[in-house]
Amino acid sequence: MHYPPELKYTTEHEWARVQGNRVTVGITDYAQDALGDVVYVELPQPGARVIQGQPFGVVESVKSVSDLFAPVSGTVTEVNTPLPNNPDLINREPYGQGWMIVVEMEDPSQLGHLFTAQQYERHVQEFQG
Amino acid sequence: MGATQGLKRTPLYGVQRAWGARFGEFAGWELPISYAGVIEEHLAVRTAVGVFDVSHMGEIVVTGDLALEVIQEVTCNDASRLADGQVQYTALMNPSGGVVDDATLYRLGKDRYMFTVNAANTQKDLEWLRLHNDGRAQIEDRSAHFCLLAIQGPLAETVLGRVVPVDLTAIRRYWFTATAFDGAEAIISRTGYTGEDGFEAYLPAAAATALWERLLEEGKPFGIRPTGLGARDTLRLEACYALYGHELNDGVTPLEANLGWIVKFQKPVFLGKEALERQRADGLKRKLVGFEMLEPGIPRAHYPVWAGGREAGQVTSGTFSPTLKKAIGLAYVPVEATAPGVEIEIGIRARRAKARIVPTPFYKRAG
Repeated sequence: MHYPPELKYTTEHEWARVQGNRVTVGITDYAQDALGDVVYVELPQPGARVIQGQPFGVVESVKSVSDLFAPVSGTVTEVNTPLPNNPDLINREPYGQGWMIVVEMEDPSQLGHLFTAQQYERHVQEFQG
Repeated sequence: MGATQGLKRTPLYGVQRAWGARFGEFAGWELPISYAGVIEEHLAVRTAVGVFDVSHMGEIVVTGDLALEVIQEVTCNDASRLADGQVQYTALMNPSGGVVDDATLYRLGKDRYMFTVNAANTQKDLEWLRLHNDGRAQIEDRSAHFCLLAIQGPLAETVLGRVVPVDLTAIRRYWFTATAFDGAEAIISRTGYTGEDGFEAYLPAAAATALWERLLEEGKPFGIRPTGLGARDTLRLEACYALYGHELNDGVTPLEANLGWIVKFQKPVFLGKEALERQRADGLKRKLVGFEMLEPGIPRAHYPVWAGGREAGQVTSGTFSPTLKKAIGLAYVPVEATAPGVEIEIGIRARRAKARIVPTPFYKRAG
C-alpha cells in the first residue's frame, strides 16, 4: 500500500494535495483496495460548496456505497469530468488520473486537522486491527 | 477486528485466507466476499469456472415412512414427483402463502430426503418442520456435518471430472449422485446459483478441504478462480435467482416472486394453499420485475421505486452487472407497471433516476 508523503489524509481515507489554496482531492490506495472494483462515482458540480468532514460525493463498488468526505471547506473549482465514465481509474491510479475534485480552500488552518502520511498509515493499521 | 467477533467460520476459513480471501459478515458468518475482485471472479464463472465455499448453508435430513407426507404438507412443490437421485427447487410455506424459506430438496432414498436451506433460516426451518411434523418423521440438522462447495461455470464439468471418480456427463441438471471422495461419503448434484452449468458437492470438512485444493490445482490450466459471495450475488442476480431476505420473505408469496412454477395446486393440501388460491383468483397486486437503469446510478436494496408518479414499491436487489456492464435491479411493483418497456424511477439518495422494466432473466447462458 502506497501513501505519498507530500499528501495530507483524512480519517475517512481521502487524500488532499495542497498547492497554495488549491486542494486536489481523491481517495487513498487503501480505500480503493478495500472497496474493490469501483463502478460508479458521483461528484459535485463546479461552484458547489463543500464542508470539511461532510460528504461531497459518492463512490460505489459492485457491493457497496460509500460517501466521500471533504478534507477542507471551500468551493469546488474543478471536477474530474471523465471520471464517472471511467471509474476504474480510481482503482488503477488513486493518486493520479483517479483524482476527483479541486477545492479552493477557505481556511488553511483546517489543514491542521488532517493526517500526515505517517499518521495515516498508522491509522490504517489500527483500522485493520 | 471487533466487527467479526462471535461470527461463525466454515472449516475452509484457513484455506480461504491462504488463497487471499477478504472476509465479510453474512447471516452470522464470516465468509469470503472476494479474492481477486468481484468482477474478475464473476467473469471467470461466466467464461471458465469458479469454486465457492458455501458451507454456511444448512442441510436438514428428513427420514421415515411419513417423511414424504410431512414434506408435501410444508412445501408448495410436489416432492412425490422426485425419483431417487433427483433434486427439486421448492419453498417451505406458511399458512398465509408467505415463504418461510426457499430450498433445494434431494431425494436420497424412498424414505429419506435432504433440504438445503439458507444459513440465516436454518434454525427457523428446523423449528417450522418440527412443529408441523408432530412426531411423524425424523428431522435431523446435518449442517455441521456437511461442507458445501459449488463448482460453477462452462468448464465445471471438465475440471471437477478430473478430480472426482464420477462420470459427471451422466448427471443431468437437478440430479445428483452419491460417491466417495478422499475416503468420505459425498453427494454431487448438477445444481447451482449462478446461471451457469455447474455442480454442488456435499462432503465432510477434511474431504471438502482436499477437494478445494485439488480443484484449484487441476483447474489452473482452465482458468479456475476461487470465488466469493460478492460474485455469487452478482451472478445470481443476473440469472434472476431469488435471495431470501431480498426477493423472498414471510410476507411475500411465490406467485408474486415469479415462482408460480414451484406451486403445485393439484396437491391436496399444503400450508398456504388456500391463501395462494385466493390470491390467484383475485389477481396479483404486485409482482417482482427486473429493470435496468436509463440514467446514472446503481439501484440498491430498499431504494424506493416510483411508478406512474407515485412511490409504488422497493428495490429488492440491485448491482452493476459485470456481464452486461450496466446497472440492473429487481423490485416489487404494482401489476400495472410490470410490462417490459414501462418506465419507472428509482429513488437514489436525493434524486429520482429513470429506469425501464426489462424481460428477465437479465442473463441466460447459450445452449
